[in-house]
Amino acid sequence: MIRTVFASLLPVLAITSMILAVWYVGAFILNSKWSEDQAARAGIQLTLGELITDTMSQDRPRLAAPHQVTIELWNSVIEKKITSKRSLVFHGWVTLSATMLGFVIGTALGIILAVGIVHDRAMSLGVMPWAIASQAIPILALAPMIIVVLHSVGLSGLFPKAIISAYLSFFPVVVGMVTGLRSPDIISMDLLHTYAANRWQIFWKLRFPTSLPYLFTSLKVGIAASLVGAIVGELPTGAVAGLGARLLVGSYYGQTIQIWSALFAAAALAALLVGVIGLTQRLTLRRMGMTP
Amino acid sequence: MSDSVIDATGLSLNFQTHDGIIEALKDVNLNIRRGEFISLIGPSGCGKTTFLRVVAALEKPTSGTITVNGMTPDAARKARSYGYVFQAAGLYPWRTILANVQLPLEIMGFEQRERFSRAQSALDLVGLSGFENRFPWQLSGGMQQRASIARALAFDADILLMDEPFGALDEIVRDRLNEQLLELWRKTGKTIGFVTHSIPEAVYLSTRIIVMSPRPGRITSIIDSRLPTERPLEIRDSPEFIAIAQQVRSSLRSGSGHD
Repeated sequence: MIRTVFASLLPVLAITSMILAVWYVGAFILNSKWSEDQAARAGIQLTLGELITDTMSQDRPRLAAPHQVTIELWNSVIEKKITSKRSLVFHGWVTLSATMLGFVIGTALGIILAVGIVHDRAMSLGVMPWAIASQAIPILALAPMIIVVLHSVGLSGLFPKAIISAYLSFFPVVVGMVTGLRSPDIISMDLLHTYAANRWQIFWKLRFPTSLPYLFTSLKVGIAASLVGAIVGELPTGAVAGLGARLLVGSYYGQTIQIWSALFAAAALAALLVGVIGLTQRLTLRRMGMTP
Repeated sequence: MSDSVIDATGLSLNFQTHDGIIEALKDVNLNIRRGEFISLIGPSGCGKTTFLRVVAALEKPTSGTITVNGMTPDAARKARSYGYVFQAAGLYPWRTILANVQLPLEIMGFEQRERFSRAQSALDLVGLSGFENRFPWQLSGGMQQRASIARALAFDADILLMDEPFGALDEIVRDRLNEQLLELWRKTGKTIGFVTHSIPEAVYLSTRIIVMSPRPGRITSIIDSRLPTERPLEIRDSPEFIAIAQQVRSSLRSGSGHD
């Protein structure tokens, strides 16, 4: 047991330490110019040791060192009260709530469109090109427009961010569910045909259960897209709150450490969300008897 | 004929493909009476499966007429006149064996208690009691195919259409299932249409053997079996059995024309 855990942990540790090594070297190289300039201005000659120490402890490094990001994460996640505007938990929650709402809207929309596309020829011809076109527009350009339009009809705050989030997350759900709902084999379909089953019965007894593995895969992609959407949605709103706001404020003031820690918080949040869906997938499919 | 169950006259079916028109069935005339066990045998492409699919309203004939229980195939399908067993078991992996057998009953709107008792007795009939709560992947291929037969029996249609149901199974399993199928047929008195490309299987099971040949798919001969209804497996070594098998083989050979 311990052996197998260790065996599976070893590659992870190896890759992690390689990344850390490259990161530290990168931080040294990128930050050393500023350290040298400062030293030259002050008329001091830095030893290599002093140079290394300085590149790892700048306030606004070009590339923040891993331990700086770790300390910043510790301070802003654990040390700060979660009601504080400086708490990443507070900002993470703001982003998460928009992500979740957007994910629910996007998933519902995606499933409804997929059901329509699979059952209606006109929809299958008419909707798919628009769905694809919608994803060809850069979301960064579209997000401010969505916010302006929704603001003019009196919607602001959580909802516009959720809409942008839904805009990104419905697409993988449509694509996955169209494939999933069309995936029953010919025998399974013919079988229901011999029972004179109607479309409703074919959907609930066959198409939907068959599509579930596809749905879960789409949801994993979709929730990550939802998070990106929520963060992008936070950028043009004046950077009030949320991980997106932290990124924007950080870039205004050159607070690279803050940007990096917000990025890591976003990545951790994405990993958590995808993990939760993965777990739901495992439990659901096991309950359905589909995984031995 | 009043006890005619399936009646095909001048039945033809053409498929349009990239290489042109394929005559899957050409001028097929066949009358199947109540309680018969009919085998359709022939090389691939002879239209035996197509014929069964026309009976089941899974294909539409190009010309000719066919009635099933005196109705059009589509009306017979809607009246749930037949159970169909496919080449693969086609069990739904997320349903237990019991729930798989209940599937047609759910669709046809049987009450829950009725569903349970019917599914249970269908499983008894194919010797699968005790496996109700297993999932399909927990069963061998032969047991899966038996479950699919139970599913076709569950709603008690008086016609059973079977499209090479044992084709993918090994010979030992196939022998046993053939025995069980014969017993089931004697017990239930259903009319069975059975597609196969195995001569011993066709001769062992049938009351009549329909020999078909390809390009165009047509009936070349119809052979009556004089074997008794009681058929132990050893009957396959009897001179009567061998004589019928030879008759089937020679008409298969003459039908295919060029070998």
